[in-house]
Amino acid sequence: MAALDDRPTVVCNGMIGREVFTARDRKESFYMIGSMGLGLSIGIGVALTQPDKEVLCIDGDGNVLMGSGVLASAGALGLKNLHHVVLDNEAHGSTGGQKTIASTIRLEKIAAASGYAYAERVEPENLAAALPGFFEQAGPAMLLVKVEPGNVKGIGRVTHTPIEITERFSTAVKGS
Amino acid sequence: MPKTTEFLSALEANGYDFFAGVPCSLLKGVIRRFDEEPRWGYVSAVREDSALGIAAGASMAGRKSAVFMQNSGLGVCLNAIVSLNVIYEIPSLIVVSWRGKDGIDAPEHLIMGEIMTSYFDGITLGDMKGLPWEILDPDDVAGSVANITKKIDERRVPGALIVAKGILDASS
Repeated sequence: MAALDDRPTVVCNGMIGREVFTARDRKESFYMIGSMGLGLSIGIGVALTQPDKEVLCIDGDGNVLMGSGVLASAGALGLKNLHHVVLDNEAHGSTGGQKTIASTIRLEKIAAASGYAYAERVEPENLAAALPGFFEQAGPAMLLVKVEPGNVKGIGRVTHTPIEITERFSTAVKGS
Repeated sequence: MPKTTEFLSALEANGYDFFAGVPCSLLKGVIRRFDEEPRWGYVSAVREDSALGIAAGASMAGRKSAVFMQNSGLGVCLNAIVSLNVIYEIPSLIVVSWRGKDGIDAPEHLIMGEIMTSYFDGITLGDMKGLPWEILDPDDVAGSVANITKKIDERRVPGALIVAKGILDASS
């Protein structure tokens, strides 16, 4: 989480948002609690509007599959300041761990074919070592991490209201 | 008599400075202007809900956004409107065409044309009784844009400007 510094970060809905919130809450994180599949779209809007800021989307395989057409938007727009980390557990974690179809396809290859400047897969044990180099890449860039399915037991929900999340994220993003 | 130039001026006068969407033939005059004039920065989205998401990101990063779509796109957008725009209080102007108005159109447009205004009226939660909407008046384009913008700004919710045939179809 230290690697995130103060970059605006859009975190997809489901267990990923709850885990990111629990690991380290920060005002630069926009936690989604609904509108599955739209995290990358929101990140694109932020990246377009604040071209001098490095924007990160933290996504899951279910979210990317649901909004996969948007990979092409990120590619077509050529957003150099957009980085996209996908935590791929091949499952819908918050609805009971049902399988997605991510085990049978290569999401990072779809990203590459959609015009991402960089799209690679990394094993979780190599993630920490890979992140600094990943953030050096010009975007749009995807780092897909294959992770084990399963949720952290007793993990909390995001305690901020959606309106609070908007206000503090917006203030942080608009600030210098 | 097309009103596209007047409409674009009204958008600027009301502070809109971020534009995204998916086209409709009833809006093609506006989209053509966006395509011909890069200064608008129009983002051609792959889906209508993605356009709303992109606009939401832009709004939080400091812009005032307008999203363009055919009313068929409202079907795609319901979840984005209720679980992103409304609950997070991220407003957007939704400029939406009125295909199927008065029951005269291709079959795929008739139901959405019929439920056009009740779609927005039906988005309720407690004290919130529907989202604001306004039908674009070809004789008072500036007034229509100002009216819906005022409601959107006051309530911090998305609102719709509904556009019938013959107003924004041509680029002049």
